[in-house]
Amino acid sequence: MIFTENKSIAEILETLGAEKNIFLLACNGCAEVCETGGESALLGMKAELEKAGKNVTGTALVDFLCNKVLVATRLAREMDKLKQADSMLVMTCGVGVQAVSRIVDIVVHPAANTVSLGGLQGLWPSDERCQACGDCALDYTGGICPVTSCAKELLNGPCGGAEDGKCEVDPERDCGWLKIYERLEKIGRLENLKKVYKPRDHSKMLPSQDLRKTSFYDLEQ
Amino acid sequence: MTKLKEALMAGRFVVTSEIGPPKGVNIDEYIDHAQAIKERVTAFNVTDLQSAVMRFGSLATCRLLIERGMEPVLQMTCRDRNRLALQSDLLSAYGLGIENILCLTGDHQKLGDHQGAKGVFDLDSVQLLVAAKKLQEGKDLAGNELEGAPEFFLGAVVTPEAEPLEPHIIKMEKKIAAGAQFFQTQAVYDAQKFKEFIKQTSRFNVAIMGGIVILKSVGMARFMNANVAGVNVPEELIEELKKDKEKTKSGQTGVEIAIRTINEIKDYCQGIHLMPLGWEDKLPAILDGAGL
Repeated sequence: MIFTENKSIAEILETLGAEKNIFLLACNGCAEVCETGGESALLGMKAELEKAGKNVTGTALVDFLCNKVLVATRLAREMDKLKQADSMLVMTCGVGVQAVSRIVDIVVHPAANTVSLGGLQGLWPSDERCQACGDCALDYTGGICPVTSCAKELLNGPCGGAEDGKCEVDPERDCGWLKIYERLEKIGRLENLKKVYKPRDHSKMLPSQDLRKTSFYDLEQ
Repeated sequence: MTKLKEALMAGRFVVTSEIGPPKGVNIDEYIDHAQAIKERVTAFNVTDLQSAVMRFGSLATCRLLIERGMEPVLQMTCRDRNRLALQSDLLSAYGLGIENILCLTGDHQKLGDHQGAKGVFDLDSVQLLVAAKKLQEGKDLAGNELEGAPEFFLGAVVTPEAEPLEPHIIKMEKKIAAGAQFFQTQAVYDAQKFKEFIKQTSRFNVAIMGGIVILKSVGMARFMNANVAGVNVPEELIEELKKDKEKTKSGQTGVEIAIRTINEIKDYCQGIHLMPLGWEDKLPAILDGAGL
């Protein structure tokens, strides 16, 4: 069970910026339980976006967005609507957003912050994708997490340590920021790198009281 | 205003050098080395636990330089301190008379001699510049008012031979936006590549000082090529080091290469930053040879 909290509508609209045509994709797994995904949250978000003057080109609900096979198969039916979209707003955890960004070549925006992994990392079989930092930056980095892909968790671009695209810590490890650079270039968002990104708010890593009342924490008692 | 700031702002060609404090308390001989060349150098950088190796501190060494009549550049990395400690050390530095600050990310702890240490990286180099600039404006990073604001001359680093270069140029631009007024570069060996870098960054209108590391041996050149990111000693230079073993061992080959590099790049930058790595006694010959 992965715990997520909605980003504010103001923050989401700010990250969408001038993008008018949005495809909405929501997770029906853990995010449904946290009310950051699921059908009612999806419809709520659609209404909010339309109220703000956006055009929702299509919506899809997938049981587990961290399962790339499910995502790829489901989105194959939505190609037309995806092509009309300037970007995609993804209502799920950090693992799910990264899974989606590996499948589509358009900009993905996270609609939530991931605050606790609650003992499970998502169905995507990897334990290094999301650290539940509570302050999701995937929007700005093209769907590749700088917190987990950079050994120094840098937020403002590569350090001087990468050699031939590999990290100074381990010559087998890709430089996360080079991956982010290549991804942003591919989706036409290199200007994202010019933003001076603020220091992380580490206090957001603590799950809220509301989340701590959910079944997972009860079961742990 | 610091001498470094005054000289760079006036458009003069500036020479800086560097001290890497020892592992232990025998700092005096390092200060003596600096003293011996102080007339030829505007300021001395003091590295901050370089290569993630635990050593005598940068802040204390900077103060010792001031007491001996030299001007320091305090290097600050983000590896070992969180945002509270970094800001506090910036205030302390100003209180000790240190105003030139070079902001860096810092090598990863895994490269050093305490590999199991927890790396902090609470801020990155860009955010550290933002923090220093805010302190100058009388506020801390959280927006709280200060009782008295410091004044700094802020610098940063860039790797002119990085591949690909574009993300580093974008980051350099961010460092300028965040408050960097001068840059010292990673060691330059390929003047052509350096000139290309200068061409791409001339629109930034900021003082750039080319980094010079004296080549001591073939082994050192090969080591840097394999292990130091963004440093590329071309094969011709390695051949030159190989040719006359005695001359290389005495340092003469390294000195000649450094002079040649400086002469090739000096019309394209606003100064040079010499990193002698123990060969301080070679600096006068290099500066003489380059007419500086």
